[in-house]
Amino acid sequence: MKDLKLVVQRFDPVKDASPKMVEYAVPKREGMTVLDALLYARDYVDHSIGLRFSCRQASCGSCGMKINGRPRLACYTQVEELGGEKVVAQPMDNFAIIKDLVTDLGSFFDKHKAVTPRLVREDGEEQERPTGEYLMTPGELSKVLQFTYCIKCGLCTSSCPTVATDERYPGPQALTQAYRYSADARDQGGAERIAALDNSHGVWRCHFAGSCSYVCPKGVDPALGIQLLKRHVMTGKPPHAKDEASKVWKAPESGR
Amino acid sequence: MVETIRHDILIVGSGLAGLRAAIEAARSSNGKLDIAVITKVQAMRSHSVSAEGGTAAVLYPELGDSLESHAFDTVKGSDYLADQDAVERFVSAMPGEIYQLDHWGLPWSRREDGRIAQRWFGGYSYPRATYAEDKVGFFEMQTLYDTATKYDNIHFYQEWFVTSILAEAGEFRGFSAIEMKTGTFAQLLGKAGIMATGGSGRLYSFATYAYSSTPDGMAAAYRAGIPLKDMEFIQFHPSGLIPSGILITEAVRGEGGVLLNKDGDRFMKKYAPNKLDLASRDVVSRGMMTEIEEGRGFKDEATGLDYLHLDLTPIGAEKIKTRLSQIREIAIKFRGIDPVEKPLPVRPVCHYVMGGIDVNIDGATRLKGLWAAGEAACVSINGANRLGANSTAECLVWGKITGAEAAKYAEGRPRPDSAGEKVQLEEKRIFDGIFHGSGATNPYEIRDALQKVMAKDAFVYRTGDGLAEALRTIRELKAKDFLHVEDKSRTYNTNLSDVLEVESMLDVAEVVVAGALARTESRGAHARRDFPARDDGNWMKHTLAFRGPEGPRLEYSAVAVTKYQPTERHY
Repeated sequence: MKDLKLVVQRFDPVKDASPKMVEYAVPKREGMTVLDALLYARDYVDHSIGLRFSCRQASCGSCGMKINGRPRLACYTQVEELGGEKVVAQPMDNFAIIKDLVTDLGSFFDKHKAVTPRLVREDGEEQERPTGEYLMTPGELSKVLQFTYCIKCGLCTSSCPTVATDERYPGPQALTQAYRYSADARDQGGAERIAALDNSHGVWRCHFAGSCSYVCPKGVDPALGIQLLKRHVMTGKPPHAKDEASKVWKAPESGR
Repeated sequence: MVETIRHDILIVGSGLAGLRAAIEAARSSNGKLDIAVITKVQAMRSHSVSAEGGTAAVLYPELGDSLESHAFDTVKGSDYLADQDAVERFVSAMPGEIYQLDHWGLPWSRREDGRIAQRWFGGYSYPRATYAEDKVGFFEMQTLYDTATKYDNIHFYQEWFVTSILAEAGEFRGFSAIEMKTGTFAQLLGKAGIMATGGSGRLYSFATYAYSSTPDGMAAAYRAGIPLKDMEFIQFHPSGLIPSGILITEAVRGEGGVLLNKDGDRFMKKYAPNKLDLASRDVVSRGMMTEIEEGRGFKDEATGLDYLHLDLTPIGAEKIKTRLSQIREIAIKFRGIDPVEKPLPVRPVCHYVMGGIDVNIDGATRLKGLWAAGEAACVSINGANRLGANSTAECLVWGKITGAEAAKYAEGRPRPDSAGEKVQLEEKRIFDGIFHGSGATNPYEIRDALQKVMAKDAFVYRTGDGLAEALRTIRELKAKDFLHVEDKSRTYNTNLSDVLEVESMLDVAEVVVAGALARTESRGAHARRDFPARDDGNWMKHTLAFRGPEGPRLEYSAVAVTKYQPTERHY
């Protein structure tokens, strides 16, 4: 089998003036992913290649990068699906480069945190000292399920043309999580969470390019989540009223 | 000049145990304590996200489940090496943890009536694996990470690589660490510490583990004089997907999937006539290796690995798509097989480390002020073999316990001023010794050689000769000149952290093999061809490995037995 041509964008901002593309020859094998190819180059050709990776099964979200021009997870992209001859790996757009393929996601995590990405309840004591379950039917669960698949890899945000031009825009990841928690049958914080996004740098900045949904490796549709958020801003109503949120099913005190 | 950073509680590791500990310390101290989570990855990337099938808890006593049954199944699964007082505490705490995660937003799968759903897992007498599709660890991590955003007194140090434990006068003082982004070397000082650094499964290359699961935390504790307990017990999960070992959850068999050999035979009927494919993992993995060794397996040409078939078709397309959607996605993407139509190629795969840093029932180590939780620790509730769905559960229970204990200890104590001279020695070891070091041996090839010998001699079946050979090989590898880096930049230098990881892997592998060589019996996941029977008279005891000048020095400690006397195990 012919070697794979692996081209990696190399850049250490501390010592390099500008990025350069470096080519490595990698012996191909059946089922090889782009991450496998990068690790071969790093382990046996050039130990200084900077990349971030961990689970190698598209669950942890570490290895987001631009591969042959499109944002993808390196572990979740087969060399064969790219034609099997040449792979070009570059860091994600819309983020500062720390080194080579490693980008700085600090502001991305801050934006996620800023949308109150957690259940907000009025029964604080129950929420922290549970006496049972918040009831939730499979139907209620299915309304939010796809939005819970987000692995915070940053691919959607790296592909978003609005993020590229407005650094105060929360971006598709954070907005989708705002919707995910607001639409959760157990949540009572929807009204406040959604109202906070009703401004010129909030939901209205999305002009629906849809690139976020196109690149998501986990089947989340952030573009849909953002449009649903807009609807709730327009109507002034969250997905459900506070008093419609899940009730507690109390576990029996003893009997276990 | 070493930079100094100060907090009240320092937690190393951002997986389930570390995050659960951070939240508990934050909320139990009402904002009074300042907590740091130091993690070599980004905080939601830890290996816990890869847990798939379930978290065990007794939620339906009205349908016949009981704490007693969960405790007994766990002790039997452990081949009677679990400490039964710890197991009792564990099963009692678990229902509350499931409800807690529900209340923090975890999308548990639901029954039609809105209550939380459960399913079968191996080794249990009741379907008590609580699940959220087949992404249980991922959703637990998401829920804890998102909940942690509520606390302003939890500070994350993401991509900081901890290199050692700092102690003075027999008390914990802090950690030394490298900030990956800048290469800055720092000491983080605190009143209390919690090691939640996960398992050491990357001692094997065919592993369900993330690449990050190297034993840095275990090795740091070992070097600080804290013993590692029961490290010879390593779990080989029956179903790692060819070629790289990605986990195919036990829930597949819980939902009705079956193992078949090349004759299409449901061979588990020979090895576990009652529980069949849902016997405990050690039993199923031994059955599989016996089938393979007797010539009833398949061979994968590309990797040279032998395998068997895991057939999901009896489950039916509908259930596969709704309850095992990630498994289907993984099989299609990484192997090109849709399990709705065809069986998957699987073989036993390194999945869990029963042993870990020696702790008491509260998760406290022998070093005052330092706790350990989750897979990094050995309490022990898992003994010689862990049951599926008990590891995520253990992370939650002892994450909470150690978070609360560390907070109680830290409140009202002064912060340490310094950590003595060790941090300077550590800086010299890493920067003079490795960063400016030299040598001819590629450290990545040392790692490969280690993984090869572990797969050959410290796998499902072991022998005295093989283990002795492995010990010699590991010591030869330790002596080679691999302590150097090619990458001379301080910026995000994974070459440096990789060399530190390889060093830790060698130390811990030596402990695993030395413990296995000494233990002349077969118990749980430790199966010796030359000593095939369990020997309660001589070996119903925990192994404690202390670091000595010539390698590990082994001592032993008693197993806590409350209700269940050891009997022969049948599934």
